Amino acid sequence: MSLTQLVFWTFSALAVGGAAMCITRRSPVASALWLVQTLFSLAALFVVLDAQFIAVLQVLVYAGAIMVLFLFVIMLLNVGRAGPSDLKGPAGLAVATLLGGLLFFQLLRGATPSTAGTPGGNVMAQLQQEQGIVGAVARPLFSQYLIPFEITSVLLLAAIVGAVVLAKRKL
Amino acid sequence: MPSALQLLWLVPALPLAGFLANGVLALRRPRAKHAVSIIGVGVLLAALALAIVIVLAFLREGTPGPLVFPYWEWMPVGDLHVTVALQLDQLSAVMLLVVTGVSSLIHVFSVGYMGEDPGYARYFAYLNLFVFFMLVLVLGASFPVMFVGWEGVGLCSYLLIGFWFNERINADAGKKAFLVNRIGDVGFLVAMLMIFAHTGSLDFQPLFAQAPKLFTPGGPGVTAITLLLFLGCTGKSAQIPLYTWLPDAMQGPTPVSALIHAATMVTAGVYLVARCNVLYALAPVASAVVAGIGALTAFFAATIALKQWDIKRVLAYSTVSQLGYMFLGVGSGAYAAGIFHLVTHAFFKALLFLGAGSVIHALHHAYHATHSRDDAQDMRNMGGLARHLPWTATLMWVATLAIAGIPPFAGFFSKDQILSAAFSLGDVHPLWYVYWLLGLLTALLTAFYMTRLMLYTFHGPNRTGERELPHLHEAPWVMTGPLVVLGALSLAGGALNVPALLRGREWLEHWLEPVTAVAARLRPGIEVPHGTEWALVIAAVAAAGLGIVAAVRLLRPEELVPARLAPAERGFARVLWKKWYVDEIYDFLFVRPLIWLSREVLWRTIDLGLIDGAGVNGAARLSRALGWIGSRLQTGQLGFYVVLFVGGVLAVLWTAVR
Amino acid sequence: MLLGPSLAVSAVLFALGVAGVLLRRNAIVIFMCVELMLNAVNLTFVALAQSLGVAGQIFVFFVMAVAAAEAAVGLAIILAIYRHKQTVDLQNINLLKG
Repeated sequence: MSLTQLVFWTFSALAVGGAAMCITRRSPVASALWLVQTLFSLAALFVVLDAQFIAVLQVLVYAGAIMVLFLFVIMLLNVGRAGPSDLKGPAGLAVATLLGGLLFFQLLRGATPSTAGTPGGNVMAQLQQEQGIVGAVARPLFSQYLIPFEITSVLLLAAIVGAVVLAKRKL
Repeated sequence: MPSALQLLWLVPALPLAGFLANGVLALRRPRAKHAVSIIGVGVLLAALALAIVIVLAFLREGTPGPLVFPYWEWMPVGDLHVTVALQLDQLSAVMLLVVTGVSSLIHVFSVGYMGEDPGYARYFAYLNLFVFFMLVLVLGASFPVMFVGWEGVGLCSYLLIGFWFNERINADAGKKAFLVNRIGDVGFLVAMLMIFAHTGSLDFQPLFAQAPKLFTPGGPGVTAITLLLFLGCTGKSAQIPLYTWLPDAMQGPTPVSALIHAATMVTAGVYLVARCNVLYALAPVASAVVAGIGALTAFFAATIALKQWDIKRVLAYSTVSQLGYMFLGVGSGAYAAGIFHLVTHAFFKALLFLGAGSVIHALHHAYHATHSRDDAQDMRNMGGLARHLPWTATLMWVATLAIAGIPPFAGFFSKDQILSAAFSLGDVHPLWYVYWLLGLLTALLTAFYMTRLMLYTFHGPNRTGERELPHLHEAPWVMTGPLVVLGALSLAGGALNVPALLRGREWLEHWLEPVTAVAARLRPGIEVPHGTEWALVIAAVAAAGLGIVAAVRLLRPEELVPARLAPAERGFARVLWKKWYVDEIYDFLFVRPLIWLSREVLWRTIDLGLIDGAGVNGAARLSRALGWIGSRLQTGQLGFYVVLFVGGVLAVLWTAVR
Repeated sequence: MLLGPSLAVSAVLFALGVAGVLLRRNAIVIFMCVELMLNAVNLTFVALAQSLGVAGQIFVFFVMAVAAAEAAVGLAIILAIYRHKQTVDLQNINLLKG
């Protein structure tokens, strides 16, 4: 196994393990921290998959901002402590396992044919060689995908306003 | 074509107009007696006059074939073309005169008989309507038109039997008549459909002309059709097994019994067989059935008449019996003889009924005057009335001798021809001898019970009561007049068809030849040697005479007591009095199971249980159940919704990703 | 070359996220599992971008932006609910019932 593959599999295992931990911990803070770990592992995977810029964004935005926000809210509501079992009873467990399992198999089934039809070759690597790592993402972002980019900013504005309004004590 | 014949449509139209006018009067001015009398009787007399003119014109015309007058296209459906058309030929001419003639006399009689009835206008309206339908029946040129008349007379019979519908027993009798008739009508309808299926035509003239080619003689098709038609006849003409309505029909007013249940409606079956003589000639088995049932009914009904006390019941069973004779005649292939007996029977039976009406009228008056509640129709309350009603008594003796078959009265000639025809077919099959024997015995019984009727009613000591005697008197001339006319016809009617044996000219037989020619060719009559014929004649007269003498010698009118004191019958007499328990048997076999079926199965199980319960209420319950299930889904629990959501996603994935 | 395994990992993560949503009662933790699902999808996009072009990564970019906005608003909602009901246990919140 090459180094790339080793790294890939290691961080995959970490990601999956972290996710499993995340969904089963009793304390919400613990769950949040395990999720952070999963996000980090995913960032590593992104690097392996020639998406270095995205990996950095993942760490900065996702793990750094969003998860921090989560933790703030958890602390604010004072629900961080490990309470009695937060999970649903045996029935819920059974349903969740069943549906989750079914979903996993369905996704696998859908995924396998599609891998057969992809052209060989690492297109991303080539692009990065021509335009640089950031450039490969930036150029299309500001040319082809400019309008979605601008609309995203409006979206963020709307989100801010919405959050403020919703969270006020008195309107 | 001379103009009189073109007015054939007017003959039925006149009584129809009378019905409409009297109907309006019945609704608006029920007490306008004079107007109703003038309209009701007037249209009939006009129709009779017109009928006579038309038949004379027909005679002068000399065309042998039927004259068909189409009026309008009623049902053009695919291959079926039903036209409203009237037909005038020798047979319908005879029927036309009988119907209009006897009806006119009975209308005149009714003016007197029903004079004090509050439903006077309604009565004449219904009576006019009946004559209209009867004329449509006999003048119809095709099966559907005839069926309209057939059903119409059944309707009028129901309306008139239940005329005094305030009493349950009268309404029940009307219902019984209509329902039993309907059973027979099913046979008629199915036969009509089969005729159309086999031949594609329902019009008489083309059908009977083509019939020998279209049907295999003696084949299953024509036999089935004729038997089914005869089923209709057993209903309408009160033969076994559907005769039970006729005695009950005596609940209606006596002129109705005279007109409908003696002279005209019940003869419709005989007319039908005579009209379809070609078909019956092509189906000898069916003809034998017709004759057999006729003979059996004749004998059976005569036995019942022996022990009836109600004067009208005796006459009712007598009618059933005489109708049996007519069917014996047409079943034997002697179509002219059957029609001849139809005509003579119309005369003397109407006379008998109207005479009985006079008697009942007199007794009613007497009982009304003394406020007695005795039965005015029970012969045990009569006796010795010849002193008080001489005209009625004399005329009824004329009718009695006619019905018994004593020469030279009318009944002798007609009955004798029928018996000869039946006997002659004994060469073909010995069963016909049995039919002849039944007919002969019936003649004996007929003479007996009719003499009994006369003895108990008009002779011997009077049982009506001392206080009623002064009130008994002869009916007014408006009622006795028609009796005289009918008496004359009963006396002289035999002249219509005096047989060759007695050096007569057989006028009616020859007159009807164009109608019966094809049948006569297909089923030629068998000549009986003169000696045998004389023997038959003497046997018939002897039987009649024996019946009369036996009645006079054996019966003791002086031993009778008034009805309210009379003991119930015992033994075999009881069986006869109770009509061989046929009504009770029918009730047990058919009526009760049918009522049970209707109540338990059709009503309780299907209507209440299935349709109401499962259908209507069930649909509501299903809706509620589905709604309840739906409401269980609205838990408000987000987790539950997510489970459903994921389930849906899985379903979509499973179908979409293949 | 790593496409297949990447998609498999992504599938596992997604399934784990779904299981977490079905399993947990705490609203905030459920939200975190939703974020987990979004990340699984991001991984799919990135894996496919390696062979099919940069559009995949652009998409991931936008997904992250939207996720951020969504997290902000969603948590504000949870806060508002907490103010009313003093709980974030979803089993006790059934205002949609009926």
